[in-house]
Amino acid sequence: MAQTPRPRRAGGSFALRRVVRFAVSLAVLLVASFAMIHLIPGDPVRASLGPAAPVELVAARRAALGLDQPIPDQLLSYVRDVLGGEFGTSFISGEPVRDVIAARLPNTLGLALLATVVALLVAVPLGMWAAIRTENGRNRGTEAAFTTATGAAVAVPEFLYSIALVAVFAIGFGWFPPAGKGGPESFVLPILALAIAPTAMIARISRVETLRELGTDHIRLARAKRLPAARLYVRHVLPNTLTATLTVGGLLLTGLIAGSVLVEYVFAWPGLGLRIVESITQKDYPVAQGVILVYGAIVLAVNLLVDLLLGALDPTSALKET
Amino acid sequence: MRHLLRSPAGIAGTLLVTLMVILAIVGPPIWGAEAERIDSTAILQGVSAAHPLGTDNLGRDILARVLVAGRLSLALALLATLIGAGAGVVLGALPSVLPRRAARLVTGTVNALVAFPGLLLAMFTAVIAGLGARGAVLGIGAAVAPGFARLTQTLAASVAGADYVSAARMLGVSRWRVMSRHVLPNIAEPLILNLTQALGGALLGLAGMSFLGLGVQPPSFDWGRLLFDGFSRIYATPAVALGPAAAVALAGIGFNLLGDVLARAAARGSAPEAKATGRAVPDTGGIGEPDPDAVLEVRDLTVTFPGGVTPVRGLSLTVAPGEIVGLVGESGSGKSLTASAIGGLVPYPGEVSAGRLRLCGADLGELPETERRRLLGTSLAMVFQDPMASLNPALRVGGQLAEVAIVHQGASRTEAGNRAVDRLEHVRVPEPGRRARQHPHELSGGMRQRAVIAMGLMGEPRLIIADEPTTALDVTVQREILRLLRQVTDETGAATLFISHDIAVVGELCHRVVVMYAGRVVEELPVEELVSGAAHPYTRALVASLPDMETDRSLPLASIPGRQPSPAEVGGGCAFAARCELATARCAELPPLISYGTAHRVACWEA
Repeated sequence: MAQTPRPRRAGGSFALRRVVRFAVSLAVLLVASFAMIHLIPGDPVRASLGPAAPVELVAARRAALGLDQPIPDQLLSYVRDVLGGEFGTSFISGEPVRDVIAARLPNTLGLALLATVVALLVAVPLGMWAAIRTENGRNRGTEAAFTTATGAAVAVPEFLYSIALVAVFAIGFGWFPPAGKGGPESFVLPILALAIAPTAMIARISRVETLRELGTDHIRLARAKRLPAARLYVRHVLPNTLTATLTVGGLLLTGLIAGSVLVEYVFAWPGLGLRIVESITQKDYPVAQGVILVYGAIVLAVNLLVDLLLGALDPTSALKET
Repeated sequence: MRHLLRSPAGIAGTLLVTLMVILAIVGPPIWGAEAERIDSTAILQGVSAAHPLGTDNLGRDILARVLVAGRLSLALALLATLIGAGAGVVLGALPSVLPRRAARLVTGTVNALVAFPGLLLAMFTAVIAGLGARGAVLGIGAAVAPGFARLTQTLAASVAGADYVSAARMLGVSRWRVMSRHVLPNIAEPLILNLTQALGGALLGLAGMSFLGLGVQPPSFDWGRLLFDGFSRIYATPAVALGPAAAVALAGIGFNLLGDVLARAAARGSAPEAKATGRAVPDTGGIGEPDPDAVLEVRDLTVTFPGGVTPVRGLSLTVAPGEIVGLVGESGSGKSLTASAIGGLVPYPGEVSAGRLRLCGADLGELPETERRRLLGTSLAMVFQDPMASLNPALRVGGQLAEVAIVHQGASRTEAGNRAVDRLEHVRVPEPGRRARQHPHELSGGMRQRAVIAMGLMGEPRLIIADEPTTALDVTVQREILRLLRQVTDETGAATLFISHDIAVVGELCHRVVVMYAGRVVEELPVEELVSGAAHPYTRALVASLPDMETDRSLPLASIPGRQPSPAEVGGGCAFAARCELATARCAELPPLISYGTAHRVACWEA
């Protein structure tokens, strides 16, 4: 079982492969968002302006959007525009989609990031605590309570937490504003609504990972060294549980970005999510197209970042995968 | 199905899902008329006795509407799940039947889609398919599909290596046929069990879409739509929103809890639980005076697990300074657990009891906690079987060594680091300075085992417990590690307890041999007597099973017929009797470990 040291270069090619995969996915996303408008049955401009709109207006709008050009030309100019930061203009308000995104994106990202941080800070210690308490099947009661509670918490979607939080803490107690973005207190309920389910999920992963780690030989050896509990858990156990925990955390962040659509809707939070819902119901296709593209690109970028981060943190795990 | 009711989560899930299904069946016939009855005198009312959840803008009773909406909510979720699962299974099975390039493309697409949030996929699809139930169902179906595709791929890959699949391939059965006849039927069960979880997800997704106004449109209504209507009135009458919200939450929790249990049941077949019989037989008789010179003195050590399983039974052992004692036995004889018990590392729920357990002249049972930790941390070094696993992969090698000195000897970071490098050099790790800064995976197996031994040398070890330290290494590296252990023992004057199932290695390295069988010591003898002077039939059989230069290689290797009883099966008599050629009626009684010449003890009536 003697093993030669791993070549260092492998880490570099791993990062390269991931970046290439990211670029390909991005290209596919770009084509998909372009195709979206064309896949809509019938005429999107007619659908958006309504049956009563004059024929000339529809034709003029089609020409302005370039919909009268051949499809390959349209794709080329679409890609060129998007790469140049140009996403077209809203059917409804006439404002450039770029401005909509620039104004709204920071609000969405801020919410999602804060919720992720809160979830990780609560969930990792919680999961470790549960693991240490329930190691080798001791404290069966704690284990049952933990699995049932986290299982139930994961199963409730963000928008229900949002509604419940608004009903209880904003309307019932009046402690926090029920809607809108204002001072720090206006962040509390949206962040809570977004963070509860991921917290439960990450806590479960953290517990399972900690349990696995506690059973390893190197922890047996570390226990044989009689290290103080804090050192044992923080220095020896925690780093080895983080890979899986952060992977799930990263994937949950992308889920959080999507979940923020519903949370923003409940809290009338001026983010991209609220806008995408409005644009779909109003058939404002350029806005829907641009926002979906941005959401998709963020998700891809987050996945890439998580992969690269994990590659740097834990070279062995990165090399194992394809 | 019984495992569903074993955990609280399973019980709650089954109960909630049953309720939901009953509601979907009986809801519309019972409350259908009530839900549609327009009452202009009672519009937009709050909670009242007549309308427990209030009324909507046409005066219809919201509670009745919630109860009726269950059917549509569940039906749409079921439809979306079936669409998604169907598409997913096809997508997941494709790579197995397509040519390599196309297969990679499909796999890549599935991998990209799995990482993509379902809600975004659903919205994308809904934009194309248009607002309304049809768009939402297709959208949620699209969101369910990638997960099923991934699951199908994983499951298909897990049976692809099965003999019957290989056999079908060898017979020239086409790939489509292999997939449809051999693979899919065998993975159908886990796929179906995972439907429950997907159904829960689809239900919540559809509720979300309807809540955003992108799903079910009036005059139809599902829970999401009721929530959409109620939410606009949440300031005035919160109950009208909370009713449908509670329905969605309960359904979501029910399907998820049940799905969780089912998916876990699919992932692993339930393992049969070991029946525990047998009982501990404590050794009677005095344990004598403590031996002041011994490094380790164990009397009547017993390790018990709940249910009366007793892997170590009344074991006694003395190790003198500088002595290398071999503890041999088959796997399951309790030798590793003995090592764990001495080191205080027996995992919960195991219980250790001992008439005496002394290390370096101090009674471990009476020592205060802090001193015990210090003594065990510095005087006892442990080396485990798998050097790949005994170093923490996340920490640098040097740091893992250094912390012993930092924690127990109050050394500074630099001192401890220097000492670690020095110890690594001592166990002849080449370039110790560089190795100390590396992570374990950058070291070879032999080097890692050296590092673990060096870790033991960070303190002032009086006893080294090496638990099968060379089993995981190849033969040349084995020799080096054995030589190193002997050298370390010579230099430090520490004693070594060497645990192994390999009697040849033990004969080579050790001064004294202790043979264990089914949790008890059956013989204890100087190594010189091992080959020709062993008295216990088990020891003799072990020695006889070793091939040597004179062994006729054309004959099968000698082995001991039968197998060692498991800790739960050990009865009151001699545990080896069933396999012993010399066994008599007397062997039903437990033979005591008695003196048999100088420094030689044996537990056998016939010796």
